[in-house]
Amino acid sequence: MDFKKTDEWLFEITPKNKFFSLNFREIWQYRDLLMLFVKRDIITVYKQTVLGPIWYLIQPLFTAITFTIVFNNMAGINTGSIPPFLFNLAGITVWNYFTSCLNGTSDTFKSNAGIFGKVYFPRIITPLSIVVSNLLKFGIQFFIFILFYIFYYLKGYNLIFNIYILFFPFLIASMGFLGLGLGMLISSMVTKYRDFSYLLGFGIQLLMYLSAVMYPIELVNNKLPKFGWIIEYNPVAYIIETSRFMLLNIGQVSILGLLYTTAVTITAFFIGLLIFNKTEKSFIDTV
Amino acid sequence: MKDIILKIENISKQYRLGQVGTGTLSHDLNRWWHQVRGKENPYLKIGDTNDRSTKGTSEYVWALKDINFEVEKGEVLAVIGKNGAGKSTLLKILSKVTAPTTGSIKSRGRIASLLEVGTGFNGEMTGRENIFLNGAILGMTKKEITSKLEEIIEFSGCERYIDTPVKRYSSGMTVRLAFAVAAFLEPEILIVDEVLAVGDAEFQKKAIGKMQDISRGGGRTVLFVSHNMTAVKSLCTRGIVLEHGTIKFEGNIDEALDVYNSDIIDLVREVKWDIDEAPGNLNAKIKSVKLTSDNDFFCIEKKINIEIEFVNFIDNQVINCSISIFNELDSYVLASPNLERIPLAKGSYKSICEIPENFLNKGKYFFTVILVGNNFEIISQLDKIVSVDIDEEGTYRKGYFGHWGGLVRPYLKWENNQID
Repeated sequence: MDFKKTDEWLFEITPKNKFFSLNFREIWQYRDLLMLFVKRDIITVYKQTVLGPIWYLIQPLFTAITFTIVFNNMAGINTGSIPPFLFNLAGITVWNYFTSCLNGTSDTFKSNAGIFGKVYFPRIITPLSIVVSNLLKFGIQFFIFILFYIFYYLKGYNLIFNIYILFFPFLIASMGFLGLGLGMLISSMVTKYRDFSYLLGFGIQLLMYLSAVMYPIELVNNKLPKFGWIIEYNPVAYIIETSRFMLLNIGQVSILGLLYTTAVTITAFFIGLLIFNKTEKSFIDTV
Repeated sequence: MKDIILKIENISKQYRLGQVGTGTLSHDLNRWWHQVRGKENPYLKIGDTNDRSTKGTSEYVWALKDINFEVEKGEVLAVIGKNGAGKSTLLKILSKVTAPTTGSIKSRGRIASLLEVGTGFNGEMTGRENIFLNGAILGMTKKEITSKLEEIIEFSGCERYIDTPVKRYSSGMTVRLAFAVAAFLEPEILIVDEVLAVGDAEFQKKAIGKMQDISRGGGRTVLFVSHNMTAVKSLCTRGIVLEHGTIKFEGNIDEALDVYNSDIIDLVREVKWDIDEAPGNLNAKIKSVKLTSDNDFFCIEKKINIEIEFVNFIDNQVINCSISIFNELDSYVLASPNLERIPLAKGSYKSICEIPENFLNKGKYFFTVILVGNNFEIISQLDKIVSVDIDEEGTYRKGYFGHWGGLVRPYLKWENNQID
C-alpha cells in the first residue's frame, strides 16, 4: 500500500463553523436513520393505547365540531355554500400539520440532549424525521377530511375541487418547511434561552386566531379593514386560505400572495437551517 | 514510517461556570461584536485551569488546554485520569458531540464511539427493532445491519427475547444487546468509554475479547477510557494521563499507570506530629503513622506495611498498638492488635504491622490506629487516620477481568485430584 500523504485526511474537526455548511452527502448516508426515526415515532404512538391511531382523528374532529358550534352557530361566521364543519375541518387539518411540525421540531435539542450528548449523526435528521412522521399523521387526517367531503357531496352539497388542487402537495410541503424552519430556529434559541419555549406555548395559540383557521380572510377585510393586512401578510393564514380555495373552491388567492408565501417559507427555512447548524456544534455545553 | 490515523493538534475546550442565564446575553453580544470587527474572542484569553478543588478567579475554565497527540493505526490507546481531568470532554470532541474551542483534529478514518451503550434505545420497541435503530444512530446503514443481524443477536445472547419490547429486558440484557450492536460497527477508530463497568463477568470477558479482536485482528484503532486498570493494562499498549485538562504523561502503558497511581487524591499515606501536639497522654504519644510498600504503588500482590511510631514516657509500662481496617463502604474488615505485651523501657519505638500480599481486595481501605496502655486502656484512638487505594497487577487472574468481590481476596490453596 502506498504511504498516504500527510495532508490527506478523511475529515477534520475544527472549532469554527463555516458560515453555512450542510453536508448533503452525510445526510444521505444517514437516510436509513431518518426512516427508522419515523418508524419509531409511529410505533411508539400506537403502543399501550386502546384507541391507537384513532387519537389522530379525535382531536381534529372534536376541534372542528367545537369551532362549528362556537364560530358558526353562535358567532355566525358565514361560510357560504360550504358546510361550516367541512370548512373548519379543512382549516384545522392544514393548521395541525403546521403546529405539529413546529411543536415537534422546536423541542429537538432539549428533548434529544441525552442522545445528542453521546453520539454524532447529522442533527438535522431529527427535525426532518418529525416533519416526515407528521406528514403521515396529516395523511390520516386528510383521509378523514376526504371521507366527510364525500359524505357532504352525497348529501347534495355543491362541492367542486378547484383545478389548482394539483398544487396542493406543494402547499403542504411549504407548510412543512415553514414549520421546520421556525422549529429549528426556536429549538436553537431554546438551548440558550429557555424563554422561547414558554413563548411558543401561547404564541401558537395566538397565531391560530391570526391564521384564518376558522374564518375566511375576506371576513376580516370586511369587518376589520384596518387589521386585514396582519392576516394577509401571515404566510400561515395564506396557506390555509389557499388550501381551502383548492379543496372547497372558496376564498381568494393571488399569484403574488403565493410567491410571497413561498419566499417567506424559503427564507424561514434557510435562516432556521443556518442557526440550527451553528447551534448543533456546541449546544451540548449550554443545554 | 509511522502510519498516523488520528492527529490531535492544540485542542482546547473552554467552559463557562455557574449559571447560564443573566449575563449570557451581554457576553454573547460582546463576543459577536468582536467577531464582527474581525477581532479575537475576548473570552478566550481568560480562564483558569480546571482544578475542581480550588476556587478559581475566573468564571471561565479550560476543561482541556493545548492537547496534542497522535495515534497510530492499530494502536490501543488508553486515556486515563482522575474524575474531571478532561477525559470525557476529549472523547466528546473526538466523537463530534461537541466542538473544540480551539485546535483541530484530523482523522483518516471513521470514528465511532461507545460512549454509553444503549444510547437511543427505545423501550417500546423490540430488541430487533432497536438493533436497527441503534445501529443507524451509530452510523450503520440498514443493509449493513441486516447482513450482521444474526451475528449481533448471537453475540448479545438475547435470542429468546429478541422480539420482546426492550422495556421488559433486565438492565444486563439491555447492555448486552447494546454492546453487541456497537461491537459489530466497523469504524476505523473506536472510542470506548467505561462500557465494561456493567454486565456480568462472562459478558465482560466476552467484551474484552471482542475489543482485542477488533484491535489485533481487524487492525483497527481503539481509544479506551476506563477506571478499570486491569482491563487498561491488558488491552492497551500506550497511555495518556490527563490532569486538569492537560497531558501529564504520554507513553507506554505501564509508566502511564504508574503516573496515574502516584497521585490519587484524598488518600493519606502518612501522618506526623510534633511531639507537643502529638495525640496521646502523659504516658505515651503517637508520633507518626505511615503506610509503605516495597512496590511503587499499593497492589494486592505486594505486602503493605503500616508503621506506627510512638514515644513511651514511663519505664516498664506495657504499650502496644492495634489497627482496625475498614473498606470504602465502611465495612469493618478486621482488627489486629499487637499481642506481644512486654514492658518497654522509656524511649521511641516503631511498631510495624505487615499486611501480607494477596490478602486485602482491590479498592480503598482506611486504617484506624489505637495505642493501648498498661491496663488495656486506650491512650489514643485515631479513626481512619491513614488510607490506601489498593490496585492489582492481575498476575494471577489468568485472563479473567471481571469484578472480584469480597472484603478480602486471599490466595487460597486449591487442589485438584482425580478420584475416579
